Amino acid sequence: MIVQVAQAGTLESSDCLVTVSPAPGLELEWRGPSASLFAGRNRSLVETVLAEKGLEGAKIIVQDQGALEVTLRARIGTALDRARKGANR
Amino acid sequence: MGQENRRVLNSLGRSVPTFIDGLGAFDPYRGPWSRLEGGHERTHFAPPLKGRMPQGSKVTPSLRQAIEASGLQSGMTVSFHHHLRNGDALLMAVLNECEAMGIADLTVAPSSLTDAHEGVADLVRRGVVRQIHTSGVRGAVGKAISRGEVEVPVVIRSHGGRARAIEEGSVVIDVAFLAAPACDPQGNMTGALGPSGCGSLGYAQTDARHARHVVAVTDHLVPQPLRQVSIPQYLVDQVVVVESLGDASKIATGAARITRSPVDLKIAQDAYRLIAASELLAPAVSFQVGAGGASLAVAAFVRDHMRQKGIKGSWGCGGITGYMVQMLEEGLFEALYDVQSFDAAVCQSLARNGNHIEIDQSWYANPLNRGCVVHNLDVVVLAALEVDVDFNVNVMTGHDGVLRGASGGHCDTAAGAKLAIVVAPSFRGGVPSILDRVQTVVTPGETVDAIVTERGIAINPRRKDLAEAARAARLPVKEIADLKKEVEALTGVPERAEPDSDRVVAVVEYRDGTLIDSVFQVR
Repeated sequence: MIVQVAQAGTLESSDCLVTVSPAPGLELEWRGPSASLFAGRNRSLVETVLAEKGLEGAKIIVQDQGALEVTLRARIGTALDRARKGANR
Repeated sequence: MGQENRRVLNSLGRSVPTFIDGLGAFDPYRGPWSRLEGGHERTHFAPPLKGRMPQGSKVTPSLRQAIEASGLQSGMTVSFHHHLRNGDALLMAVLNECEAMGIADLTVAPSSLTDAHEGVADLVRRGVVRQIHTSGVRGAVGKAISRGEVEVPVVIRSHGGRARAIEEGSVVIDVAFLAAPACDPQGNMTGALGPSGCGSLGYAQTDARHARHVVAVTDHLVPQPLRQVSIPQYLVDQVVVVESLGDASKIATGAARITRSPVDLKIAQDAYRLIAASELLAPAVSFQVGAGGASLAVAAFVRDHMRQKGIKGSWGCGGITGYMVQMLEEGLFEALYDVQSFDAAVCQSLARNGNHIEIDQSWYANPLNRGCVVHNLDVVVLAALEVDVDFNVNVMTGHDGVLRGASGGHCDTAAGAKLAIVVAPSFRGGVPSILDRVQTVVTPGETVDAIVTERGIAINPRRKDLAEAARAARLPVKEIADLKKEVEALTGVPERAEPDSDRVVAVVEYRDGTLIDSVFQVR
């Protein structure tokens, strides 16, 4: 369970800004010009990262500036790590 | 709603109408040379010959009086040229004046629509404009068309296709309103001089020769004789003087610079290496590049190569940039054929250099005249919004299906050149550029020899010789399907919303007049 609000990433093109906050289940908000093109992939990508971190829920907002999958994964993972208790820098 | 009665699949498997209410019958595309091989012959459309009494004046005091004198009525066809780029104010001024005069249901047939023509969308909604024929559509106009706001499907034509359509009378222009950066009282005009100087008036020349009535509109009236004449007086009915033809800062654009983007430069370098491997970069080479990032950068590599090896080319053509002028003045080409100047930096060259030759739209690219310039091209480098595994190219619709591009000379030059190279980054904004099937085909894969991305070069299987030469030169040649997979491993596979295939909002004509694809209403 994450306990605080945290962010990772930037608004540079080809990057993304991920904001996470506590929530019992997964609440996903994906913003950006290609959000609808990758709707299915985005959901499964977030679910995978959550599972890897052993988390059941979080509110996740992704402002996607055209990031590649590796970037998205890394930014979401880092934001979740930072939102865990004591992990916030 | 007036809609097409029936659709068929063309030879690329694209669904296209065979008849459109308000436009008439169309043949489906059957390959790039289907009409030429059949010995296609048509009667050349001719406008009326009209006489004038001696010693009269052609100068009309206002745009409104010129429109009145032209006999323009509701339902007729008007044309414009887009040589003033994003600075053109004439098209909107004429159409707004038409609205004020109660003229409606016009067919607008400009050589293209630019960012300066956003207001056309509202004129469609207000009933002033009923039909559109164009090469390009952008912004608000593209959105309005894609949402189905123009009842009769818009016809998208290449530059060569437009010249063909006008010369054969498929498009009959009632009144051409031609922005004339310098004009004398008899209507002799040029684009090379004046405060709104734009360079070549190549597209306008075609209109001037075929419109039933020609109005020259200028903000720089000079005494007769104008020394350099692009369009001669005997084609011009009226001359109108206005305060300004548009926004000088957007007309008089400086020379396009070579990109500094490392991705574009990598693509350009590999494209250049492919040209070198093809052995076409030899004395008397003819060459065309676009003004876009990677394609213009190819010219920089080619220029270095020609200088180092002492190669003198024959000619460059197309939309001419300041960079091509520099190559001309360095003696790397014998001549430039200029149908459209991409930057106003070209004006002085057109006025100064006898070997900088202004050509009309038909001379440039009409496939059904007795020989156009692009049919003798050695090499052309073209950009793309997206390509597919069959090498088809889309330069018209974005990944949301909305019209936002221009056909231009893309399919004309690809068909004419010995070597047609398409350059594109392998993905843009996280979205891959190589698909199984492009949304809209503008240029058929049959006429594209290679696609160069920063991750590798895909060579059309029809060109085994080129693939061999590229491999021998140790270029990164890949199967296009492999290249596609490699990109998708980085970006994921996009899922596109299917457009509403019940409603055709635009048709894309191939250069010979057959329909190569349809653009459907977005949901």
